[in-house]
Amino acid sequence: MDWLFMLMPIAGVQVFWPGLIILGLGVGIIGGFFGMGGGWMVTPGLNILGFPMAFAIGTDITHMAGNSLISTMRHSKFGNVDYRLGLTMVIGTVCGFETGAQMIMWLERIGKVDMAVRCGYLGLLTLIAWLIFTDVAKKRRKDREARAAGKTLDALSTGIEWHKTLHKIKIPPVIHFKRAGIRCSAWLPIGVSFVTGWLAGVLGIGGGLVRMPALIYLLGCPTHVTVGTDLFEVVISALYGSASYTYKGRTELVAAMIMLVGASVGAQIGAVATKYVKGYGIRIFFGVAVVGCALSIIFKLIAAAHPGVRILFNNAATLLILGLVAAMSLYIFIRFIKGAREELAMRRRI
Amino acid sequence: MLRFPRGLITALLLPGVVSAAGEGGEAIVFVADSRSLSGVAAWFTNLYNESPFYFTLLTVFIVPTMGLILGKLTGSVMARSGIDLKSRVLAEH
Repeated sequence: MDWLFMLMPIAGVQVFWPGLIILGLGVGIIGGFFGMGGGWMVTPGLNILGFPMAFAIGTDITHMAGNSLISTMRHSKFGNVDYRLGLTMVIGTVCGFETGAQMIMWLERIGKVDMAVRCGYLGLLTLIAWLIFTDVAKKRRKDREARAAGKTLDALSTGIEWHKTLHKIKIPPVIHFKRAGIRCSAWLPIGVSFVTGWLAGVLGIGGGLVRMPALIYLLGCPTHVTVGTDLFEVVISALYGSASYTYKGRTELVAAMIMLVGASVGAQIGAVATKYVKGYGIRIFFGVAVVGCALSIIFKLIAAAHPGVRILFNNAATLLILGLVAAMSLYIFIRFIKGAREELAMRRRI
Repeated sequence: MLRFPRGLITALLLPGVVSAAGEGGEAIVFVADSRSLSGVAAWFTNLYNESPFYFTLLTVFIVPTMGLILGKLTGSVMARSGIDLKSRVLAEH
């Protein structure tokens, strides 16, 4: 069974390489479906496979650059990528990220970084989960009211509509983002992306987790276009992050390349699966993922605060994340298979 | 519990004293052990040790290129499945 283990030349550890492919596959499926890189899922996975933590983040970001490129290519064919919106947001994202990273260095100097980051992350995840499920509840109420009045709602109507208020701000230049179907001041996506970039810089995350709800609720982007456009942004930010971490010597390139093999298959499955799931299905599923992520952070906070149960809660957090990744990937894969079967059966009938 | 294999990673710790008013300590530098490696793996590891800049350039070139190639390959396999990969219905519900 020695052939199942491969020496990572830089980290100097023997790693179960099929595990890297399976991890890449799972993250590829989830990333292609939700439009995010999946950093919060990969790091515990790499740790379990025996990877030193020092290399986990850099390796993850490097693989994310390739993974999200594959997903973007697939989503682009569906018309889910608004390149103009993505490029407009890059400006704000990079500036915000650097501001956040500088703030982290200040927090490090005063010795408050760990608790501040964890609590901030937990607060943010709670807000996002609340936003998503409030939106779903509002949407369902609108559906009931429309049915009672004998009307049908537009296919693109949503529960929370904060974007309608924000679109009234017409500070020039006003741009029409065709694919996203929105016309607004360019300063709106730049401002939103600055805030999401700042959060990503402070929390040490890729940003997809924050950008996805921001694009939906603050910009009013349809869910499927949000997924594709977000992935396009992840390509740019992940390449930048990869260069940064690699220059600091924190990337195991061989592992990233092996993960890409699995991710290339997963990204196709995840992206095509969005065809068979309506926007609100993607949102609800995303909300479940956010709740799972928040729970794992709570476990880690308990582990940090109570040394007596540290190992138990750290392991619980890891198991929760990996279980969530496995369950979500499987569910998306099943939806893909079912949807593809129905589509092919319908085409044969025609 | 995560354990580092002996003799495979040598960390050069540069001393840094962190105080509330001062700047952070120097970053840890990892040096990969290429003594037991040969061929491409040795070249790779030596590049990592000797030139972070060129290793970064290599990484930033390889990863998107590999993504493009794998994306095209898996995309063409997906296209053979008969699924319509050019259109979808944009609907929230």
